[in-house]
Amino acid sequence: MTAGNGALEVRNLAKHFTIGGGLFGPEKKLVRAVNDVSFTVPKGTSLGLVGESGCGKSTVARSLLRLIEPDAGSVVFDGIDVRAAKGAALRQLRRRMQIVFQDPYSSLNPRRTIQQALEEPLRVHRLGTAREIAEKIETAITEVGLPKQALDRYPHEFSGGQRQRIGIARALVLDPELIVADEPVSALDVSVQAQILRVLERLRDKRGLSFLFVSHDLGVVRHFCERVCVMYLGRIVEQGVTAEVFDRPLHPYTKLLRDSSPVPDPTARLTLTKIMGEVPSAANPPPGCTFHPRCVRAAGPCMTDIPALNEHDRGRQAACYHPETWPGLQAVAAAG
Amino acid sequence: MQQNQETALDIRGLRTEFKVGGRWYPAVRDLSLDVAENETLAIVGESGSGKSVTALSILRLLPQAGARIGAGEVLFEGRDLTKLSEREMSSVRGNSIAMIFQEPMTSLNPTMTVGEQIAEAITIHRGASQADAMAEALRLLKEVKIPSADSRLHDYPHQFSGGMRQRVMIAMALACRPKVLLADEPTTALDVTIQAQVLMQLDELKEAYGMSVVFITHNLGVVAQIADRVAVMYAGEVVELATVDALFANPAHPYTVALLRTMPRADRATESLEPIPGSVPPVTAMPEGCAYASRCPLKQPSCEDKRPELLPFDGPGHQVRCPVRLEQTRG
Ligand SMILES: Nc1ncnc2c1ncn2[C@@H]1O[C@H](COP(=O)(O)OP(=O)(O)OP(=O)(O)O)[C@@H](O)[C@H]1O
Ligand SMILES: Nc1ncnc2c1ncn2[C@@H]1O[C@H](COP(=O)(O)OP(=O)(O)OP(=O)(O)O)[C@@H](O)[C@H]1O
Ligand SMILES: [Mg+2]
Ligand SMILES: [Mg+2]
Repeated sequence: MTAGNGALEVRNLAKHFTIGGGLFGPEKKLVRAVNDVSFTVPKGTSLGLVGESGCGKSTVARSLLRLIEPDAGSVVFDGIDVRAAKGAALRQLRRRMQIVFQDPYSSLNPRRTIQQALEEPLRVHRLGTAREIAEKIETAITEVGLPKQALDRYPHEFSGGQRQRIGIARALVLDPELIVADEPVSALDVSVQAQILRVLERLRDKRGLSFLFVSHDLGVVRHFCERVCVMYLGRIVEQGVTAEVFDRPLHPYTKLLRDSSPVPDPTARLTLTKIMGEVPSAANPPPGCTFHPRCVRAAGPCMTDIPALNEHDRGRQAACYHPETWPGLQAVAAAG
Repeated sequence: MQQNQETALDIRGLRTEFKVGGRWYPAVRDLSLDVAENETLAIVGESGSGKSVTALSILRLLPQAGARIGAGEVLFEGRDLTKLSEREMSSVRGNSIAMIFQEPMTSLNPTMTVGEQIAEAITIHRGASQADAMAEALRLLKEVKIPSADSRLHDYPHQFSGGMRQRVMIAMALACRPKVLLADEPTTALDVTIQAQVLMQLDELKEAYGMSVVFITHNLGVVAQIADRVAVMYAGEVVELATVDALFANPAHPYTVALLRTMPRADRATESLEPIPGSVPPVTAMPEGCAYASRCPLKQPSCEDKRPELLPFDGPGHQVRCPVRLEQTRG
């Protein structure tokens, strides 16, 4: 494995949950929330993770930081095995990798000032003298575009967009290298969303931060992320450079997502010819390619065998027996 | 496109006020809008611009205390809804004017099956027999494309996905064949795929029933998708009114222009997003002049003195509340 290049490398990550199985409840079931997920986030870049509700995006995000323990696979950050890390090494990793959640309110204690909220992670990690801590906090709050006076106020005195900035500032005080952002702008309206994206862009450029950016908004991901992984029912079904994936999708699911995304142009109204069902339950996935019941191209092996994530030209990958065809974009013949 | 249609709902000079610290402040200010039969009017604007308060005012669903309609009329079928008794009003609600709320779970009863709830709405408003109402409920579930509707009729709301619940809400709203449907962010919480389905369904149903739809959203992509006409709201007022094509091809108000620049697109690269500086003024601190002036790149000293009027811009039915823009296009 590569060592010390600042990249996050995830290989064959899996996380399963069991639901039900109580004494009088429904029978016990296994939910395969995340299966065989692999991706790399090189230092200073952003990788988007998109897909419909329930496809496993948050489970991936949380597994990386071991907020939930994955069942299988490896997570390596800057050459360090995250899953094997213990004690001081794990604490150190948890400083370098930070998470920002969708709902900034629930992650802030209403009885503590912003100053106290930002101090807490620094104290936990015992970083610096009182003066150094104060300086770090001031830098962070200014970097997210809030006035210093904000530090003496309480969470309820802020709007949703401002609270999201505070959430980002709290991640920043620890000087992280990687930010896992789980739908950081989904709860915000468009103009505030644009403000937060600006803040994140500036941080990426100035601090060289890497991002794993979870979102269900393709427009936001196209804007913020160089590369994207498309997830469906716990698996990555397509991966590549964002603009290329959305302009020339290989997987019919990626195409469905793209064609369903409304664009601000009344001459380009959606023309979905057929209503394409809903995501099946992760507790009871269909056999074969889990997308086949909704797929216009499904035929033959799609019903019985899970397609592998195959290489295509231009560094693209897609898990599909009948990918969309585009000139100059062929499957790379498997070696041997 | 809708010029020849009859007006279904006509709001004139609506002013809705809230009591804060003992004083009344307007959240909706002198708002005039009409919706034609078989037309979808979108209301778009940032959080806090007064979209929901407008919809709640039409149906008189504002909080009992601390809220009032201070002025204006809401004309519907020859009557002014603001003058009706509570009893008359409750027969309008859900009967001729229906509303879909953003969060479907809070407006569905968790202890009744989906079929029972739709049937109940039908018996109350149309006086149908229980059996007829159940048959109609089934037809409606099929109409909003709930798969295996026959068996899902007997399921409870929590057994449905978010998208299906939202469609159940649409089915309930349609149960009484409303003339006007008020939809407040009905797709904001949904996945794009489900959103696309719901939007197309709403459009089909509008055609089929000849309904008028007032569609509230802050997503301009959704507006482009579904609207015939668009009202852009800011700080409780309409700042621009136009057909959907004119609004996107030729946006007039600096606020509309700014909103369009905040939305990243899935289908092409957006070089740089331009956030709008500042925020919507709170109802308690509404400026004297143009409410958008403090955030506006076209601001001139006169903008802060006098509240601008909504005046005709070029093109039929296109109106804008910005003297600077009007001056620019004339000069
Ligand atoms: N603690 C848990 N116990 C049981 N099942 C779970 C648990 N957490 C998640 N799941 C299931 O795992 C699957 C993936 O959930 P996850 O929250 O990762 O999805 P998501 O892609 O983040 O969705 P959303 O867009 O709605 O946030 C879902 O089927 C979910 O119900
Ligand atoms: N009960 C109330 N008391 C006082 N002010 C209120 C009340 N309800 C709404 N307001 C104020 O009225 C203004 C308009 O609110 P409204 O809910 O209509 O906004 P909106 O455009 O629907 O926003 P969103 O997109 O967030 O739903 C806001 O400034 C809001 O704070
Ligand atoms: Mg999630
Ligand atoms: Mg609202």
